[in-house]
This record gives sequence, C-alpha cells and structure tokens, in this order.
Amino acid sequence: MAKVWIDGETTIEVRDADGVNSVYLTVDDKGIIVSAGQTILQAVQRINGIGNIPALCNHPAVKPYGACRLCTVEVSEDGGDKFKFVAACLYPVKDGLIVRTNTEKIKKLRKGIIELMLARCPNVKRIQELAEEYGVEKPRFVLGDQDCILCGLCVRACQEIIGKSAISLVNRGIYREVAAPFYAYELTEECIGCGDCAFVCPTGAIEMGPDGKPILPRVKIPFAEIEAMMKKEAATPS
Amino acid sequence: MDLTLDFPRVKAIVESYTEKVDSLIDSYADNKEQLISLLQDIQAEFNYLPQDVLVKISQRLDIPLSQVFSVATFFRAFSLKPRGRHVVTVCLGTACHVKGGRRLVDKMERDYGIKPGQTTGDMRFTLEAVNCLGCCALGPVVVVDGKYESQMTPDKLDRVLRGYK
Amino acid sequence: MVEQVRRLLEKRVESAAGLESLRQSIVDKRDTSRTCISVCGGTGCRASGAEAVVEAFLDEIERRELQVQVEMKETGCHGFCERGPLVVIRPKQIFYQRVKPEDIPEIIAETVLKGNIIERLLYVDPATKEKIIYEPDVPFYKRQTRTIFGANGTIDPKNIEDYIASGGYSALSRVLTGMKPQQIIDEIKKSGLRGRGGGGFPTGKKWQSCLDAKADIKYVICNADEGDPGAYQDRSLLEGNPHSVLEGMIIGAYAIGSRRGYIYVRNEYPLAVRHARIAIEQAMDYGLLGENILGSGFDFNVTINKGGGAFVCGESSALMASLEGKIGEPRAKYVHMSEKGLWNSPSLLNNVKTWANVPLIINKGADWYSRIGTAGSKGTMIFSLVGNINNTGLVEVPMGITLREMIFDIGGGIPNGKKFKAVQTGGPSGGCIPEKFLDTPVDFDELTKLGSMMGSGGMIVMDENTCMVDVARYFVEFLKGESCGKCTPCREGINRMSEILTNITQGKGKPEDLDTLEDLAGVLSTGALCALGQTAANPVMSTLRYFRDEYIAHIEQKKCPAGVCRELIKYSIDPEKCVGCLRCLRGCPTGAISGEKREPHTLNQGLCIRCGACYDVCKFDAVIRQ
Repeated sequence: MAKVWIDGETTIEVRDADGVNSVYLTVDDKGIIVSAGQTILQAVQRINGIGNIPALCNHPAVKPYGACRLCTVEVSEDGGDKFKFVAACLYPVKDGLIVRTNTEKIKKLRKGIIELMLARCPNVKRIQELAEEYGVEKPRFVLGDQDCILCGLCVRACQEIIGKSAISLVNRGIYREVAAPFYAYELTEECIGCGDCAFVCPTGAIEMGPDGKPILPRVKIPFAEIEAMMKKEAATPS
Repeated sequence: MDLTLDFPRVKAIVESYTEKVDSLIDSYADNKEQLISLLQDIQAEFNYLPQDVLVKISQRLDIPLSQVFSVATFFRAFSLKPRGRHVVTVCLGTACHVKGGRRLVDKMERDYGIKPGQTTGDMRFTLEAVNCLGCCALGPVVVVDGKYESQMTPDKLDRVLRGYK
Repeated sequence: MVEQVRRLLEKRVESAAGLESLRQSIVDKRDTSRTCISVCGGTGCRASGAEAVVEAFLDEIERRELQVQVEMKETGCHGFCERGPLVVIRPKQIFYQRVKPEDIPEIIAETVLKGNIIERLLYVDPATKEKIIYEPDVPFYKRQTRTIFGANGTIDPKNIEDYIASGGYSALSRVLTGMKPQQIIDEIKKSGLRGRGGGGFPTGKKWQSCLDAKADIKYVICNADEGDPGAYQDRSLLEGNPHSVLEGMIIGAYAIGSRRGYIYVRNEYPLAVRHARIAIEQAMDYGLLGENILGSGFDFNVTINKGGGAFVCGESSALMASLEGKIGEPRAKYVHMSEKGLWNSPSLLNNVKTWANVPLIINKGADWYSRIGTAGSKGTMIFSLVGNINNTGLVEVPMGITLREMIFDIGGGIPNGKKFKAVQTGGPSGGCIPEKFLDTPVDFDELTKLGSMMGSGGMIVMDENTCMVDVARYFVEFLKGESCGKCTPCREGINRMSEILTNITQGKGKPEDLDTLEDLAGVLSTGALCALGQTAANPVMSTLRYFRDEYIAHIEQKKCPAGVCRELIKYSIDPEKCVGCLRCLRGCPTGAISGEKREPHTLNQGLCIRCGACYDVCKFDAVIRQ
C-alpha cells in the first residue's frame, strides 16, 4: 500500500495491480507509482500536478533524442545521498528513484540553455516565450538570426514515422544544419510532401512551400538571391 | 552530344571509373556498417567523394542518401570537393602549437590565399590542419603528400613547397 | 601454393604445449651472441629520417656480406623521441642517437666489427656532461619503469616470433588451460587496474558487468582513437607491440564470452593500422587468433576499423555508432555500453594501454601488479612528455611519481634556460597545473583534485613564454571543431566560450566576461550530453583558477604578459643592438622593416602583423617584444 498524489493536492491509497510491473519513485517529494519501461518525462507528463519539465526536442510520436537538454533533472539512486544530472526524456524510471525537477542548479541550467538558444534564435516566438517563463533577458552574446534549434524532430519524424529519411542532419558542431542530400534546393523523390517535418517543428523553422515540399531552414532566402549566389559560386575558384 | 562516343579515350576513362567504383563497393559485399571504410577507399582513390558515387553507394548498400550524405559531411577525412594535387597537412597539436605551428598556417594564407580545408584556385595545394600527428618531439610538423617534414619554419615551408608543382 | 599451405599448417600451434615447444624452438634457433642492431622505426623517428637509416644498414650489411653475423631489426618506438633516429647495438646495448645514414658505414666498421665506440653519436648527459655508452645507463630510461613499453626496443612488430620468443601469448596460454572466466575477472579486479583511456574506471568492474550481461553475442573493442593533441603513446604501443594489445583482447573476450572484436584506429595512424593488420594475420596463421585458439575450442576474430577524422569518436558510444556505419554522435549512457553497446549487444571497450596491461597482470599476478603505484592508482602509466621540455618522448612511470620527478629528472627540465610555468594533463578535458603543485604524485584522484585529470597520458610542459589565456583559447577552439553538434550546451556553449576567449586575447575583453565564462562552464558540466561537452570548460576553469591575473591583464590592461597574443604585443628594433645584417628585413612578410646594410633597421608598426619572424631570426637580440 502506498500514499500517492494524483494531482497537486489529492492523495489516494494505492496497491500494486496484479501482473503489472510497477515502480515507485519520488518526484519533487511527491510519491508516484508508474509502470516500468517508461522515462521520467513520460511518467511526469501523464500525471497532473507533478513536475513541469520543459522539453523542446521531444515529441510523443518519435523516440526521444536528448539534444536540447532542457529536460535535465537531478536524480538520486541511493536514497538522496548523491545526485546526478540526467535528461528526463531518456532516463528510465526506477524503483526508489528520487527526482528533483526544480532545484536552484536546475533553474540555473535551464536559464543558461535558454540564453544560448535565444542568442542563436532571437526572433523565434517559442524561444522568446521560454525566455520569459524562465526569466532570461537579453543574452550576453552576439545575436544570430536562425530559426532552427537543431532539435532533430523533423529528421526523426521523416525517418521513424514516414520511413523515408529524405532529410538529415549534416556537418558537425556549430555548422550543423538540417539539409537535403547535397544541399539540394529541391528535395528528392524520397520526400512525399507529407508535411510531418513542418508539423513537428517546435519553432516553425520549416514551412511547406507552394510545390507541396518543405522549405528547409537554410533555404529561407528569396529564389532570385539563390540564383545570384549560385552564379557567383560557379564563377569564383574554390 | 555524347562525348564518350566521339572520344574513345574519354569513354575508356569513364568505364574504368565505373568499374573501379563497382569493384570497391563489391569488396564490402553490401555490408551497411562498413559505409565509413568504403567511403575512405573512395576518398583515397578519387581524392574526394564524387556525388554520383555517393548516389550509387546509397542504392547498392540500401542506405538512404540523406544518411550517406550525413556521414560524408560529418567526418573530416572526407571531402565533397576535389582536393588539390598536393595535400599540405599542418599539425596544430598542442606541442606543435606551443612551438609555433600556427605561423605555418598563417603563412599558407599569406602566400597561397587558403585557409585549412581550402584548395588553391589552380588546384595545386590543399591545406589541412590536423590535431596531433604524434611526432611531438619534432614540432612543428608538416606532412606534404605523406612525407613528414620536421622542425618547420615559415622559411623552410616556402622552400619545401617550391618543389611541389 | 602447396608449400605455403604446408608452411602455414606447420606454423599453426594446436595446444598450449605446442606453443611452449614453438617458443623453445624459436629461442633455441636464435644465437644470442649474434650482433643485433635495433633501429627505432616509430613514426616519430621516421619523420627524422629513420627509413633512410634502415636502408643504409641493409645496404652496408649486404655490401660487406655480414648477414650471418649481423642482424638488423626495425623495432617500434623506443620513446626517447627527442634524440631520434635511435640505434641500439645489442647484446652490448650500445646506444647511438641522432644517427644519420652517412654514419652507418662507420658504425659497421668500427662498432660492430671492432667494438670501438663512436663518441660523437653518444648521448651526453647535460647535467654531468658525461657521455653515456649503454642504453640502461641513459638517465631518461634509467628513471622509468618500462614494464610494458620496454619491449618496443627489442621486438620487430612485423614478426610474431619476436613476441613469442620474449614470452608472448603465455598469459593467453595460462588463461585457456586453467582459468575460468570469473577467475580471470577476479584477478583483474584484485590488481586494481583502472582504465587508461581517460575515465579511469575500474577495469575489473567493467569486465564483470559485461560477463553478467545475458546475451548470445558480445563484443570486445580496443579504443585506439587517441585524439588528445600531444598524446601519441597509444599509437606507439600499437605500432611497436600490437601483439601485447591483441593478447589482452583475446583474454578479455574469453573472460566475458565474446567471439568478435574490433580495433578502432584513428585514420591519421597509417603505420599503426598496417602493423595491427600484420599482427592479426600472423596471429591467425599461428593459431593464436581465429578458430579453436590453442585447441581450447574458443573462437575469436578481430577486425580493424579506421576512424574518419573525428575526436568525438574516442567517446565510447560515438565510437560504436561509427562502427555501425553512422555518424559519431554520442548517446546517453543511462544503460551502460557493457549491457547495450555495439548493435545493442554487451560491449567491452578498453583503451590500448589498458589491454596491454592485461597479459602482464595474468603472468605476474595481481599481487605483483598492485604493489606498483599508489593506493588508488595501481600499475604504471605511459605518458607523452612534450612541449617545452628537454627530453621529449614517451615515458612509462609507476603511478605515484611526482610531477617534479617526471618533468625535471626524467624530462631533463625546461630548455633554453626558461622557467617552468605549467603542465597540462588530460588533453582538452584536463587542466593546467602550476609550479606550486609540482610535488603532487601522478595519480587519478590527485590530479582530479587539482582541477585537471590523468586523461589518456598527454603531459604538455609550458614555459614562461606561454600565455595561459591563449592555451585555454586553443583547447576551446579545438573542441569547437570537434563537437558533434547534437546538444545545445556543447554546440552553442563552446562556440560562445571561443568567442569570449578570442575577444580577450585580442584586447576586446570585458570584466563581465569572466563571470560569463563561469556560467557557461556550469551549463556545460551539468547539461552536456557526453564527456566532451561536460569537460570542455576544464582548461578554461583551471587556467582561471591558477592564472587569473593573466586574464585580468588581458582584459583590464590590454596586455599579454607572456608576449604571445598578437594584438597585444609590439615588436621593435633596438638601434643599440642592431648590426644591420638585413636578416629580419628579408624575412619580413609585409616589408615592415627597412634599413641599409650595417645601419640599424627600423620597424614600421603600421605594416607589422606581429608574426614574430624577425624575433626568431635575429641573432643579436636586437628585436624587442613587449
């Protein structure tokens, strides 16, 4: 028997259901029982009033990726002695786990990540909303003007849901971007124009174009300018 | 106008190219996980990764083209553009850096107008910067076409490169 | 063809007893009184011309028809890289350094045939001015404990019989004829061996979790993706003694129940790849690898995979992704690689040096092994001692030796009479240690306490002319180019640290920058996905901790005290000292220096790009840098 919170305030007495592999863990000092085999984020998202973990690169329709790191929480497996920082979207629920989603260190980390994202994408509404929610003002860095936060949801949706993999993440480090093979301005036949990539994108960096195919973040340039750039590239030696 | 019909020599080159590519792919017996090893062989053979070869690999190994492209752009060993006739690799490992390795890169930029990763307009030199070749006692080290040159200075580099046309 | 097959079948050893009789027959056939000239053929010496030295010896031996009396052996890296090309004439162990091809006829004529020493090729101890004749007396070697690396000087890596003759594969024999998997793992645990790749994780514990994992297929992997700039000991070990690594891997595979192994070597190590390939082929020929090893029924096969030029692939999950043909993107390791690694199977990944320690532990026993080193760090460690140091090279020392002993006794101190400033350990994940901690013992935990780490063994010594802000900037630039780009803290955080540090070195730093750097360090250490990102701020934080005044000087006074940061230094010519030799004038790339012969030259600040060429070339100390 265990006392469990089902929303922020009401508690009920629960006993283990027969045949269900359940785990008992604590989130922000509130005990919950959930079935095993899911992540902390999934568990927390299902129960009202428990924790509020932001997660930008996460979507229920695709496998978790752990790229944005906003869902980082502090967990302890030894009863509260030592805590470590883990991504809630990937960390599996375990019996006896103690989870803290809103400590000072976590708040500082979230602010830091959002500040970096805001410096990269200052004009993206979703990031601006997050900045306001977590108290991030003007970033201390030179501002960029990107729309894409490289969460990888578009790539994963195309691969896992559609099974097509028409786009991918290319290059590495700060030069990483979502692109079609060979940076083609037109997508290959692999792309069926389903619009999933634009649908899952958390920042609106991908829009569907007039031809039914998505316009990828790199290609937010008027076509006339693209032509001029291509002519220039062909003329100068590499 | 099909050039290969008019010029037998061109036809022979194109055919041997296709044969070479096919035999390289065959040698990996359609083993998807050997993609990186296969790309290394292609890079060694052609001095870059031609676009049509990547398309062929994608078809033969049944890997989505976008994923082949991801791998081709992720690793520094691969180049999507043809490299110069001579590859000049400057070691910028810590030991060489402490002994002045950076100056050699600057000299290449001054004299030939290229930064690491770039090729001169006349396709003579490609400059690469690498992080530690493991000959730290002899730094700064520069490798030109596989030949190691030790204790390089901007002057010595000048003299060495003059020998490479 | 029939001949080859027959020879192959003859070579193949079918049992442990067979191996012993093979070993005996090889040893018996060898004439220990025969002169053996071992030439260091490691990549480092090759870069100084060792190949020409080898050719010269072969030519001279043939010309004089001395093939019966004299053997020439091209070995792996000896470690004293500062003095290469190295030649050791055995059995007397006469040590010649900085040998040139022109010296060979004399070496043969005088030393080999007559026993006379050629004085000019001897090593001179700079402290005592004494000429050292014999290799064991060279202070650089004498002060080391070369239990693993010593073999590099006597073994031809392309000939398995050398390895067998010196006792090789006897540990494997012992394991396959009388030890159960749990026994092997207990021995490794008892020895206290910790991973030599950087993490320092208890090796026995890792092996245990791989044995405990229930799966039909398990993998054994050797991480030879040595990416730390300045570290090359893994390369030299794999080049010079690949069998020691192979033997360790086979023992590990037997212990956890794996039949498939991989050696993942950096793309930039062609010689190591070549020698590892030859070693695998020969081991298979001799029945020491492949099917039914030593008649025990145990099968194990090893493939070599080359990296693609990505430092991040040294991280275990990124390495395995790359082995699967994907990009080298790390993943969260909440489920360990020892349970779900390569192809979601249990995978045992260890560093080159860790594998090489295994046969030693099995042969000499965990008790013997654990007597070397400190309480928390057992055994020896191979370091690459490089940078501003007299004796640049690879050193193997017992854990617990102090940094001072390493740098001054073995390393011979700082060249050109300069002062020691800091030693950087642990590569881009480590930190800089200043003079006041020189008496710290080299130990996993001690180094971590100082804000650095053991890492893979790179030890870079820096003198008074090193700018610590520039060092931090250098490592951050390195990581910026190597970040995979998946997670926000690493991709964006490292980029912003690089911007700030570049600004500081160019005189555009602001006081707030130091706080911003600390905040970014916090984001990285708590938020980054993998160890690359988590430790990325270490070089910055450790230099801030011990050399904060340098940062302040750059920010507030716009000065670089060490005289390194280009925007903040100025070159000028002292008219009193300048003799007018025109050397600097000719060397100046922008024509900023003008003057007549034998007249003091002048430097036009407007054209000067502060490249330092004039400073380097002036023999009269007339160029001033401030």
